[in-house]
Amino acid sequence: MDKPGKEKIFIRDDQPSTLVLKGMGVSPGITIGKAYHYDRMDLQTPFYKLGSPSLVQEEIDRFFSALKESEEQLLNLKKKLIDSGSGMEPLYIIDVHVMILKDQRLIDLTVQNIREMSVNAEWAIRMTIEKYRGIFDKMDDEYLRDRITDIEHAGQRIINNLVGKHHVPSELPEGIIVIASDLSPADTAQLKIDKILGFAMDMGGRTSHTAIVARSMEIPAVVALGDITRLVKTNDEIIIDGSAGVVIVNPDPEVRKRYGWKKRLYEKARDDLLDYAGLLAVTKDNHRVEIGGNIEFIEEIPSAIHHGAEGIGLYRTEFIYVNRRKLPDEEEHLENYRHVVGVNGLSWSTIRTFDLGGDKFFPDQKVFHERNPQLGMRAIRFCLKEKELFKVQLRAILRTSIYGKLRIMFPMISGIEEIREAKEILEGEKRSLVARGVKLGNDIEIGIMIEIPSAVIIADRLAKEVDFFSIGTNDLIQYSLAIDRINEQVSYLYQPFHPAVIRLIKSVVDAGHNAGIRVAMCGEMAAEPVYTMILVGMGIDELSMHPLAIPRVKKIIRGITFAEAQSLFEKVLTFSFVEEIRGFVLEEMQKRFPEDFSVDDG
Amino acid sequence: MQIVKTFEIKNQLGIHARAAAKIVEIANLFNSDVFLEKDGCAVDGRSILDILTIYCPKGCSLTVRFKGPDADKAMKMMSDLIENKFGEP
Repeated sequence: MDKPGKEKIFIRDDQPSTLVLKGMGVSPGITIGKAYHYDRMDLQTPFYKLGSPSLVQEEIDRFFSALKESEEQLLNLKKKLIDSGSGMEPLYIIDVHVMILKDQRLIDLTVQNIREMSVNAEWAIRMTIEKYRGIFDKMDDEYLRDRITDIEHAGQRIINNLVGKHHVPSELPEGIIVIASDLSPADTAQLKIDKILGFAMDMGGRTSHTAIVARSMEIPAVVALGDITRLVKTNDEIIIDGSAGVVIVNPDPEVRKRYGWKKRLYEKARDDLLDYAGLLAVTKDNHRVEIGGNIEFIEEIPSAIHHGAEGIGLYRTEFIYVNRRKLPDEEEHLENYRHVVGVNGLSWSTIRTFDLGGDKFFPDQKVFHERNPQLGMRAIRFCLKEKELFKVQLRAILRTSIYGKLRIMFPMISGIEEIREAKEILEGEKRSLVARGVKLGNDIEIGIMIEIPSAVIIADRLAKEVDFFSIGTNDLIQYSLAIDRINEQVSYLYQPFHPAVIRLIKSVVDAGHNAGIRVAMCGEMAAEPVYTMILVGMGIDELSMHPLAIPRVKKIIRGITFAEAQSLFEKVLTFSFVEEIRGFVLEEMQKRFPEDFSVDDG
Repeated sequence: MQIVKTFEIKNQLGIHARAAAKIVEIANLFNSDVFLEKDGCAVDGRSILDILTIYCPKGCSLTVRFKGPDADKAMKMMSDLIENKFGEP
């Protein structure tokens, strides 16, 4: 700027090169902004130089008393764990942490940092940790990775004790794109999420914490980028395309312009659609379909209501179990569920009981190895085997019934025996709660997921046992077409338009209606607008889906008549193979909604 | 007195945090100094941080050196620990 001669050099040298990174888009939308490297220790560790040499001893004393305090906390924690009779594994970790606190090397280095650099104790301990992190980083071996976490955890405890309750974490600048290897719930709690434009993470998947938070706040996010933390610096300009899973670092002006245009288009489409969120899903000839939202975290509820969910059609409870050392107790379950039932703006809440493999309870995979977990000891099978675990969850779910309309749903039911046994256990828990003096609501509905072909075949009998069905299309398609979706060799066979799949779904709807019960769908098919018309034509009562998908599905339902949906479905039944059905349905949808179905769709 | 002995690490996890903690526990019971040597690197056997910095998975050989008045007793106890695979699989 100041010297014209220099400016040229300056521009050429500093012109950063454009970089395109591909990951997994987990929250759609486009965002353009400045990158910000998130480092949890940076935010939590205050830094200052000691004003005078006389303060050095004081700082060393502070460090020693924080060490002592940390050790006492750990020993108390250990005692608590012993008293509660939990396993030996956490006790060893505590011993290791205590040993790290007492480590002469750690103490000497930290004291030396205080003396020589005249910095505060918090920063001095941070420097010690960084030194060890440096050693481990050089080794570049996964085997050593968890070691630094032990040192970090112990160090973090010392810092927390030094900081006490007075320290307020430094504030992040607003309007940034957060770059990190991964974010934990503790991290996101510290960030002002609503001021963040986007996320780009090294690690993670669709169900990682960052992904869920980003989706619920509608912030574009790309995860599983590998090493974006290494490739991007704070203040780099970056574009995040959360729909395509692409991150562009230091875009050239033309790319930047193109993405600015894409961003406006995307937002306009989203806003236009959002007009449908608050409307009911009623066809032009007054046939009503209820719309539910699928969620897995209570934090997603506001977004579900905002996008037009009338109830919660599927609350997945698995996240209450994973990533923890001890099983959740009844109160912890309740703490989550009570925020799901009886929420203002929701007419009903369907809570699905535990739907994972038993391996989630046994961290040691070898103890619980299954050759084919999809067909193994999971969901209701596991719950009926480990009844005590099941009962804890059931009691907590039942206790929410006084807050509002509760529907309990059992997953993976394959026959009458399972639903009867599950109901019997549920009744037993109801009685024991009543005996405990707990008040329960009196219109609790019980339902099952229909996701196993055998359940479809005997749906007429199952319908006599329950108050509702909810069709889980993902599993139903996999099990009935005998394909593993994850297997790329056969994933092309995963076809919701398969005539067999369509007949299966129709027979569930009919069996339910013949018995006078409600039939819902909570699988991915419910969220795809291309299937909406045939599902409505079959007479499905409720479609439950990811909240972001709701406005578009409502738009489709409001743009058709029940009569034409029925005749479209009748016509579909006359075809014999996937391509015929797909071609026909897509053409019909394009005719009615040209702007929602482009010609190359599907 | 100085005693030196080389061991093969046989437990599946190698010298990980828990095993390192057990080494430190023993080292702290005696007056002798103790050093662990691996690939020409020697670390203080009383510092869990230092022990964690040596890369020592299953199958590695690790040299232990005790130096001091009770080196023989200390080595006997350390041998038991390492040869019993730290009480692990």
